[in-house]
Amino acid sequence: MSIDYSEKIPNNVDLAGDRKLQRALESWQPNFLNWWKTMGPAVPTEDVYLRTAVDVGKEGWAQFGHVAMEEYRWGVFLAERGDDRRIAFGEQKGEAAWQQVPGEYRADLQRLIVIQGDTEPASVEQQRRLGETAPSLYDLRNLFQVNVEEGRHLWAMVYLLHAFFGRNGREEAEALLHRNSGDLDSPRILGAFNEETPDWLSFFMFTYFTDRDGKYQLGTLKESAFDPLSRTCEFMLKEEAHHMFVGTTGIDRVVTRTCELMREHDTDEIAPHGGVPLDVIQKYVNFHYSVSLDLFGSEQSTNAANYFTAGLKGRWQEERRKDDHVLTEDSAKIDLVRDGVVTQDEVPALLALNSDLRNEYVKDCQSGLKRWNRILEKAGFDQRLYLPHVGFNRHVGLFSDHYVTPAGDLVGKDTWEAKEDCWLPSEGDKVHVQSLMRPVYEPGKIASWIAPPTNGINGKPFEYEYVHLA
Amino acid sequence: MTEETGTIDAAGTTAPSGSAEHTEETPAVSFDADPATYRHWTLDTSGSAETGVAYLRLDIDETGGIVPGYELKMNSYDLGVDIELYDATQRLRFEHPEVRTVVVTSAKDKNFCAGANIRMLAQSSHPWKVNFCKFTNETRNGIEDATANSGQTYLAAVNGTAAGGGYELALACEQILLIDDNSSAVSLPEVPLLGVLPGTGGLTRVIDKRKVRKDRADVFATTSEGMRGKRAVEWKLVDEVVPKRAWDETVAERAATAAAGSSRPADASGVALTPLQREETADGITYEHVKATFDRDRGLVEITVLGPDGGVPESCARVHELGADFWPLAMTRELDDLILRLRANELELGTWLIRTQGDVEDALAFERVIEQHSKDDWLVNEIRHYFKRVLKRLDVTSRSLIALIEPGSCFAGALLELAFACDRQYMLDGTLDEDDSEQGDEAQIMLSASNFGTFPMSNGISRLGSRFYGDDDHVAKLRQETDRRIEAREALELGLVTDAPDDIDWEDEIRIMLEERASLSPDALTGMEANHRFVGPETMESRIFSRLTAWQNWIFVRPNASGPEGALRKYGTGRKAEFDRRRV
Ligand SMILES: [Fe+2]
Ligand SMILES: [Fe+2]
Repeated sequence: MSIDYSEKIPNNVDLAGDRKLQRALESWQPNFLNWWKTMGPAVPTEDVYLRTAVDVGKEGWAQFGHVAMEEYRWGVFLAERGDDRRIAFGEQKGEAAWQQVPGEYRADLQRLIVIQGDTEPASVEQQRRLGETAPSLYDLRNLFQVNVEEGRHLWAMVYLLHAFFGRNGREEAEALLHRNSGDLDSPRILGAFNEETPDWLSFFMFTYFTDRDGKYQLGTLKESAFDPLSRTCEFMLKEEAHHMFVGTTGIDRVVTRTCELMREHDTDEIAPHGGVPLDVIQKYVNFHYSVSLDLFGSEQSTNAANYFTAGLKGRWQEERRKDDHVLTEDSAKIDLVRDGVVTQDEVPALLALNSDLRNEYVKDCQSGLKRWNRILEKAGFDQRLYLPHVGFNRHVGLFSDHYVTPAGDLVGKDTWEAKEDCWLPSEGDKVHVQSLMRPVYEPGKIASWIAPPTNGINGKPFEYEYVHLA
Repeated sequence: MTEETGTIDAAGTTAPSGSAEHTEETPAVSFDADPATYRHWTLDTSGSAETGVAYLRLDIDETGGIVPGYELKMNSYDLGVDIELYDATQRLRFEHPEVRTVVVTSAKDKNFCAGANIRMLAQSSHPWKVNFCKFTNETRNGIEDATANSGQTYLAAVNGTAAGGGYELALACEQILLIDDNSSAVSLPEVPLLGVLPGTGGLTRVIDKRKVRKDRADVFATTSEGMRGKRAVEWKLVDEVVPKRAWDETVAERAATAAAGSSRPADASGVALTPLQREETADGITYEHVKATFDRDRGLVEITVLGPDGGVPESCARVHELGADFWPLAMTRELDDLILRLRANELELGTWLIRTQGDVEDALAFERVIEQHSKDDWLVNEIRHYFKRVLKRLDVTSRSLIALIEPGSCFAGALLELAFACDRQYMLDGTLDEDDSEQGDEAQIMLSASNFGTFPMSNGISRLGSRFYGDDDHVAKLRQETDRRIEAREALELGLVTDAPDDIDWEDEIRIMLEERASLSPDALTGMEANHRFVGPETMESRIFSRLTAWQNWIFVRPNASGPEGALRKYGTGRKAEFDRRRV
C-alpha cells in the first residue's frame, strides 16, 4: 500500500522516509479520526473556512480554505533551526542539544510530553457542544479553528511519542485518545481540563487565560535540551497566538457590547436587556484566572528544579535572562502566607521556577485587562476590570489552604464563603449567561450580548459565510 | 584472619590514613597461574598415581603480595594467593583424574594459615575488598563442589594455627584434622579483633555445615584465641585432633580412606589446561571463542560468546583428545577468565550486554555430547560442573546483565542459560536488514534438557525454575517445548524473554533501556539485582552470598570497621578502636 504521506499528512519530518513513524501513525490515525467524530465538535457541518499549517517558512506557513473538518489535514511540523543548537541552561549548559531522548531522561520527558499532549484534545472535548450556541458564524469558525489546531497540537505531541519513545511512547499516544475530559473512569490528567466549557463567555475566558497558560508551558518546553520537543513547541506557539487572539478580542467584544447596553439603558443592570453585566465579567475573570494559576503547579517545586537542572524545561525566554542559567547559587522570592499574613519568602531560585513562570504569566495577563479598561474608559465609564490577587481561590500551591480575597486579604473560611457569590460566578450568573446563549447562524448577524468583530478572517468580511452547516 | 601485632615491622605500623581508596592505583589483576611458578603454594601430586592423594601446601611468600604495601606474614593471604589456589583446584580436577583426595596443609611450622592479611584489607578500597571476598568465596564453593561432584575430597590437615580465613579454608574441606601440639588452634577472631565478620563462609559453615550449636558458635566467634584440643572436637569445630607424632601417618590414613570411596576413574589421563590465548587492548579482550568490547562512554561491555563451528566430536575419546580445545571447555575457560577480569578491573563498565553468535544446531550437538556422557565420563562431567560454576559467577556478578538475542545467535540449551542468568532478555522480532535476510533468519532460541536442572543456581534450582518460581505447571509446559526453534513472539508469550521489539523499535528500545539503566545508582542496582536473581529456597551457598557477604559488605563501609578510628584501621597500631556505640 503506498500512501502519499506529504499530501495526506503535511509534514517536515520526512514522514515518507520513516517506516517507524508511518507504522505508528497508520494505526493511530484511524483512532484519532474516530475520537474526532465522537468527541470533536457536535454541530454537523459541511465545511469550514479553516487555516491549515502546510509549511514552516516565515511566509505562507498556512493556507486558508473551506474544508470538511474530518478531512482537515492535521500535519506534523517542527520549527526549522540550525543543527548546532546548544543547551541554554542547567547542568549540561553549553553542550549540544539532544536529537535523541537520553535514556536517563526518558521517563521525565515522556511525562512532560504526555501532560502537555493531554491538554490539547481535552479542550476540544470541553468545547464540544459550544457550536450549538455560537453567537455568529464568524465565532463558530474561530471555535472550529481552535479545535482543529488543538487537534494538531495533539498530533505534534503524538509525533514526539511515536518518533522517540518506542513502544512505550505508542502506548501513551493511544492513551491520549482514551482519557476524556470529565470521564469519571479515565479523566484528563489536569483538573482544569475536566470541566465543561459551558458558554461562550467561558470559552473566551478559557482561550484568554488557559490557552495563555499553555503558551507559557510551551515556552518552557521550547527551551528544552531535547531539540525535537523544542522545535515542535516553537511551531505550536504560532498557532497558540491565534487562540489567545480569539480570547482577547472575544472579551473585547463582550465589554464593548456591555458598554453599549449600559449607555443605552443608563444602568449597570443590563441583564434584563440581554447583556452581560460588568460585575459578571469580573467574576468570570476571577474564576478563569485563578483556575489557570493552579495549572502552574506549586510555587515551590523540586520537580521543576530537577527538570531545569536536567535541561528538560527552561524558563520563559531563558536565553534572554541575564544570569548564569544554572541557578544553583541564586535565590528568589515567592508569595505565601505566614503567621496569618500574605507575604514573601526567599527560597533557592531553583525551587521557585514555577513561581517565576507564573509571574511572567501574570504580567502578560495584565495586557488584556488594560485593553478592556481602555474600552471602558473610551466609553466614559469609571468602572475598571482587574486581576484578583494570586492567592485568591487557589486549589494548588502555597495558597491552597488559605482564604484570600480578590484584594489579597487573608480572611476566615466563613467570611470567604459568605462572599463567594460576589467574587465568583454564582448560580444566578451562570443561568443568566446560559440564557443568552442562542445560536446565530445567519451570515452577518450577531447575538445580542456581544459586539461584532472589527475585522473578519484573512481579509474576508464579517458577513462572509465562514461555515456551511450540514 | 589475624596477624600478631609484633610481626608488623616498624615501617608498617602507621595505618594508612584517609579512606584508603586506592582504586586508581590498583594494577590490573591477571588470573593466570601455573603450578611451576606458584609463589605461595606447592601442588604435590608425586604420589597420587599410587595413593590417589595430592598435597596442596600453603607456603606464602611474604614479599609476594599482589599489590605493594603489606607483607604476607604468618601465611596470611591476599588475592594473589587465592588466584593460585583457584588455579590449583581447577588443575586438580582437569589435569589429575588420579587425585581422589586433596590434603590442604601448610608448609610453615606452627601456622596453617592466618587468613586474609589485615594490612591488605585496611589499605584496600571497598570494591577491592568486595571483589576479593567474592572470589575467595567462589573458590571455596568450588572446593566443596569438587568434593560433592568430582569424587575429589578435600581434607584440611591443620598443622598449625588456623585463624579467620585460614579456618574458613579448612571449613571448605570435607574433614578437618587439627594437630594437637598444645598451641595450634582454630579461630574466627574477626569480630573481637577486627570488627568485621569471618566473611568467607566462616559464620555460615560453622553452623550449617559443621552443625555447631548457635550459642557455641557465638562463643567461638567472639573468642579471639579460638579453640583447640578436645573441646574443638566436642564442639564439632574440627573432626579430630591428632598428636604431633602420629600426624603425618594419620593424615595419610584419613586421606587414603577418603580416596577409597571416590568415583574418580582408574587409569585415566588428565587434560592439560593450556594457557589461554588472549588479546587485550584498551577497548576490549578477545579470546578464541569469547569477545568483549568495552564502551567506556556508555559504561558497558558487549560480550559475545561464539558457538562451536562444526566439528562435533563423534566419540568421547575424541573429546579427550581435544582436551582444552574441546569447544565447551575452551569457551567456558575463556568466559570464566573474562568474568573475573571484568569484575576486578573494569568497575565502571556497569552493564554487560551478552550475545551469542553461531549455529543453534552445532551448539546443541555439543551439548548432547555432554548430556550423554556426563554420567559416565569424568572429563565431560568436569566440563558440565565447570560451566555450572561459571554461570554461578554470573549470578553473583554485581553488574547489570542484559541478554540480546538477535539473528545469528545461538542461545540454545546450555548457552541459553547465559541469557537466563541475565537480569533481562531482549529478543529481536524479525530481522534487522530486510533486504539481505531470508525467512528463517529470525532470532531463535531453543530449550533443551539442560535448562531443567543440569546447571542449578546456588539456590539449588534451575534458572527456569527460579524464573517461574511457584509455577511448576509452566515449567512442566516448557519441558514440552524443548528441542524446537522458538521465535521472538512465542518466546515472549512463554515468558522466556523480557521483551521482543521488532526491527523498527529494536535500536531505540535497546538504546533507551541501556541509557536509562546507566543513569541509575550503581549501588541500588547491585542490591536490586542480587535480590531479584535469587528466589525461593536458600542453601548454605546462597546464604553465604546473600546473607554473610551482604552483611560483611555493609560492615566494611561502616566507620566502626573502616573509619579512621575503626577496628580494621586501628589493628596493629597498639591503639584501641573507637566505636560508635549505637546499634543499627
Ligand atoms: Fe494547544
Ligand atoms: Fe490552544
